[in-house]
Amino acid sequence: MSVELEVHDSQGLPTEEMTLNMGPQHPSTHGVLRFIVKADGEVMRRAIPDIGYLHRSIEKIAEKVGWHGFMPYTDRVDYVAAMACNQGWAMAAEQLAGIEVPRRGEYCRVIAAELSRICSHLLGVGAMGMDMGAITPFTHALRERDMIMDLLEELCGARLTFNYMRIGGVAWDLPHDFVEKVSHYLDHLEPVIEEFNQLLGYNRIYVKRFADVATVDADMAIAWGLVGPNLRGSGVDFDVRRDLPYSVYEDFDFDVPLGSGEMGSLGDCWDRYIVRMREMVESIRILRQALAGIPEGPVIAKVARNFKPPVGDVHVKIEAPRGEQSWYVSSDGSEYPHRVHIRTGSFTAMGIIDRLSRGLMIADLVAVIASMDIVAPEVDR
Amino acid sequence: MDSTGIHAALRGRFDTAVGELAPGPFEASIEVDASAIEAVCTFLRDEEGLEFDNLSNLSGADYPELERIQAVYSLFSYKQRHSITLRVNADRAAPVIPTVEAVWPAANWLEREIFDLLGVEFSGHCDLRRILLPEDWVGYPLRKDYEEQPDYHGISTVRENLLTMKRD
Amino acid sequence: MSLINSAPEMVLTSTVDQVLNWTRKSSLWYMLFGLACCAIEMMHTGGPRADLDRFGMVPRATPRVSDLMIIAGTLTLKMALRTRVLYEQMPDPKYVVSMGSCSNCGGLFQYAYSVCDGVDKVIPVDVYVPGCPPRPEALTEGLIMLQKKIMQEKWITRSSDTPRLGGPIGERT
Repeated sequence: MSVELEVHDSQGLPTEEMTLNMGPQHPSTHGVLRFIVKADGEVMRRAIPDIGYLHRSIEKIAEKVGWHGFMPYTDRVDYVAAMACNQGWAMAAEQLAGIEVPRRGEYCRVIAAELSRICSHLLGVGAMGMDMGAITPFTHALRERDMIMDLLEELCGARLTFNYMRIGGVAWDLPHDFVEKVSHYLDHLEPVIEEFNQLLGYNRIYVKRFADVATVDADMAIAWGLVGPNLRGSGVDFDVRRDLPYSVYEDFDFDVPLGSGEMGSLGDCWDRYIVRMREMVESIRILRQALAGIPEGPVIAKVARNFKPPVGDVHVKIEAPRGEQSWYVSSDGSEYPHRVHIRTGSFTAMGIIDRLSRGLMIADLVAVIASMDIVAPEVDR
Repeated sequence: MDSTGIHAALRGRFDTAVGELAPGPFEASIEVDASAIEAVCTFLRDEEGLEFDNLSNLSGADYPELERIQAVYSLFSYKQRHSITLRVNADRAAPVIPTVEAVWPAANWLEREIFDLLGVEFSGHCDLRRILLPEDWVGYPLRKDYEEQPDYHGISTVRENLLTMKRD
Repeated sequence: MSLINSAPEMVLTSTVDQVLNWTRKSSLWYMLFGLACCAIEMMHTGGPRADLDRFGMVPRATPRVSDLMIIAGTLTLKMALRTRVLYEQMPDPKYVVSMGSCSNCGGLFQYAYSVCDGVDKVIPVDVYVPGCPPRPEALTEGLIMLQKKIMQEKWITRSSDTPRLGGPIGERT
């Protein structure tokens, strides 16, 4: 499969193009991804992604396990931020059947989803540091993640793949002292995020490796389908929670951080990093408001065990930590879905890597993948 | 602009290549002829007031009893903040749909995924090959009549029933 | 390890097998082979709270310098071929821990067309750790069990009926 071209460098000396293989097993946290890199020395001509090493046919399994039974599988669509995917599926089924979730259930969903968002961003920025060679910030991020996973374990029993939400609401109510524990934890977390940013984000080596690398301007980001922090890092002011609000996000007051070319050019890797750091601070704001304003009441609506929504299909958009997920769910009136398709943020981010990597160095490929915060299960499902 | 306005603009330009506006139980959608899809998408992207600059989702669904595979395009406009759903039907025996890769580069991988899992050929695509499954996979799994192969490169895909094994 | 202190001046006696096994179990270097969700729990196990470094286990990037392979996550058929290649690239003596339901038996993806039901269809496994995903404490227990297994290996006095390590598809050469 290797193609060797006679190419010449600036002094007229002949060089050869190499074909290198990166992955599918590699020391990175992004999962099983493979790149076939055609490089002229250190400079890449192309980096062709080869995906599918984690294709677990989740969409086909939906047609076999039914509406209620699919909820654990949605955790595995993006296991780093499992609550958001739970919410996408639950919302799609509820829209099809016209079910309204009680307000307390919606607040529980928002609390769980925002805690999960902080978890996901911590892993994302920790992995960005680790891919650049800074192992210690990753352990700091894991330490904070462990504490959030303890809180979520009190809430729903699982550390990673929660299966907390149900069609019609959430499975269990908040434990009796959960609000105090989460508030106490958020007080602890805010200075830690600030310290993390000072240690990692403004570190000279980190800035040199991330600034001005793989700049994506706004038009290119929109045309190639980038979403979430990748899109906002390029300056496009769009967040599904604010602009196409779902659940109870209209009740909360939060800002949407955008990239601004602070360290380099607008839309480079550093912008995508700082958007995630600032989003964690905004998530803390939302959490504090949700914990203060949570109403009393039931947490789940009455939904039939033999759930059969009417015939039709629907598109649901949610703001997952890795970007907007668009869920297409089609029902044929039976207790098994007819078709479930999830267009995830990481899938389109992988699609643009080939285009971005032309002219970059091989080490920059790692920076691009890390800054796009790609995880393999979202790409392959 | 709401879906009636978008539909009127499309009808005015493409006449019968664009079907009726189906209000649908949940979201409005427009059926478009397969031959006209690329022109329709280019018009939707470039026309003043419509400006659908983003292909948000492209899914395929298999309807064996209707003898067709349907591709569902969900478009979104960041400038105008409106969205529309288009449907394109392809004959199930030999499904062919023109590609919209030239309109939105995001369609490149989304169409490859539908080719891989449902077997729809997107004519004009620059690189139509399998994306999620291995290159030598046989069959299109998301079709309703898909039969699994008994093994793949010597690894058996048969699932033993552990209960009957234990009884023996 | 039984220490027979027959000479008081800092001399310990033991058997060669036990010393070899003790050195091997105390520095198992595992290859980073995180495939799916269990990989996150494996990272947490190597992380600050449930620390694997205190057992001497350090993550390594390539199979050529590692002697433990923790299969953490779902094994798809596309990946199974590469898993066999990576296993054969590891030098002897090597050990395999199957972490999580997906690599034990396919897990909740047994209905899937593209998933290999269990990593023991391609490579021999020493310890199976159940869970979805297993907690860091569960993985640590599995690794301690592997350490106990390693302590029972015999290298000097091998014979044809010495128990060999290896999973259902059998003997390791």
